[in-house]
Amino acid sequence: MTDLPVVVPDVTADVLPFWDGAATDRLVIPRCRDCATFVWYPRAMCPECHSVDVAWVEVSGGGTIYSFTISHRAAGAWADHVPYVIAYVELDEGPRVLTNIVGADLDALRIGDPVTPVFHAAGATKVLRFTPASRAGGG
Amino acid sequence: MEQPFERRVIVSGIGESQIGRRLHRTPLDLTLEASLAAISDAGLTVADIDGLATYPGSLGMGSEAATGPGTPAVQDALRLNLSWHTATSEGPAQVAAVVSACLAVAAGLARHVLIYRTVTESSGQGDGGRKGLGGDGSAQVEGWLQYLVPFGAHSAANWVAQYAQRHFHEFGTTREQLAQVALTGRRNAALNPSAVYRTPLTIDDYITSRMISTPLCLYDCDVPVDGSLAFVVSHVDVAPDLPKPAVRINAVGTAQRGRPSWDQWSDLVTMAGRDAAAHLWTRTDLRPSDVDVAQLYDGFSFLTLMWLEALGFCGRGESGPFLEGGHRIALDGQLPLNTSGGQLSAGRLHGYLQLHEAVVQLRGDAGARQVAGAEVAVAASGGGPLAGVLLLTK
Ligand SMILES: [Zn+2]
Repeated sequence: MTDLPVVVPDVTADVLPFWDGAATDRLVIPRCRDCATFVWYPRAMCPECHSVDVAWVEVSGGGTIYSFTISHRAAGAWADHVPYVIAYVELDEGPRVLTNIVGADLDALRIGDPVTPVFHAAGATKVLRFTPASRAGGG
Repeated sequence: MEQPFERRVIVSGIGESQIGRRLHRTPLDLTLEASLAAISDAGLTVADIDGLATYPGSLGMGSEAATGPGTPAVQDALRLNLSWHTATSEGPAQVAAVVSACLAVAAGLARHVLIYRTVTESSGQGDGGRKGLGGDGSAQVEGWLQYLVPFGAHSAANWVAQYAQRHFHEFGTTREQLAQVALTGRRNAALNPSAVYRTPLTIDDYITSRMISTPLCLYDCDVPVDGSLAFVVSHVDVAPDLPKPAVRINAVGTAQRGRPSWDQWSDLVTMAGRDAAAHLWTRTDLRPSDVDVAQLYDGFSFLTLMWLEALGFCGRGESGPFLEGGHRIALDGQLPLNTSGGQLSAGRLHGYLQLHEAVVQLRGDAGARQVAGAEVAVAASGGGPLAGVLLLTK
């Protein structure tokens, strides 16, 4: 399995806990303490109740594939890695994140498949990708 | 009840430049060719133009190959004396400039607004293939791109593909059904002298073509071209003076009620067109069954399916069966679709091809591809979180 290209995110102070968590293989996202909404993309104010009592919490990282596409054509550094999988993963906690699925049998991949997180080094932090849960030994 | 503002506005003139692959003419040159044609078509002179609008404007979305010239360049080149002008990339998709121009005319800020959309993406992409956002895949990224670029999702094809995949999953939509958008477009393009791809396309060509981003293949993606389309919108009072039949703007649809994001949209089997279309039908007594010809955005074929459902030509999830076999959307079908060939075959004139063809059809000027008795046309632009739609009448 060739490693996908890495793009170093420009980490800004307002999303530092997310990237700090990723650096240590943990998925940390904001959650409203007043109404329990997970706030994605990360923001300081809850979009549902407008509370600013939003805290960073670690979540399981487990999820399922909401949709995906196998990219057969790409530019730059990605061109050498086609075909690769881009997916929307719905976290068990609700938010939907754009990501890659790695280590998957492309012909067997299906919407609804359970996935578990993998973290790939990107500069001082890591980016969040996923792999099929069975492959990771998670079931 | 007061009439919607758009009833006070007509399309008085249309014009097109040379349109083709790698013309190597400047964006301004193409824009001026289309603009002068549109002004002349309306029976006006340059001195009559007192408003100017474009999408997205020179700072809107990157290189001039994608944006065309900004309004200052066009104003200066034509020495226009303007009462009003605008350009913005944020609004109800590509036709935002048209809606803004209609507002300006209805409000009395301008009497004759010149609108243009210019692309030179065929020359602009050179021989290196199509580029998307952050296409070199190496730079640092910030803002919302930090959630897309690290995953190689540079291209809109990657974003649309995941909607299509979800639609296939939930409703059983097939590639053969999706293909009908491309095949119908190509058949219509054969009858359009301005279209760039006019050679026949078969279902076998489609099914065996190379994948771009599953389930979208080469023929699901529109074709970059160089060209400019221009329009003049005027106050309805001038309709009797026009050399050509006025085309009336019956209703606009501009609503956007979901999260303005490709990946955070609620269900991935609808798009913002859902809201814009619902809004459109609240502004008119006309119904989907009154539409004689539909020009629905096809930057990717799947976006057309979303518009078919959004506008109520079929139910949610039913666009696949609606397209089956292609007979309903043929020139002699119940809903002739993308009669110019659409962006898939005529060229990526980015939301304005649809408006141009709607006007041509309502004027009865479409020649071999004319839909007999066309009196109501819909022109829809945009995909994902962007949508704007116009209902036009004779
Ligand atoms: Zn809250």
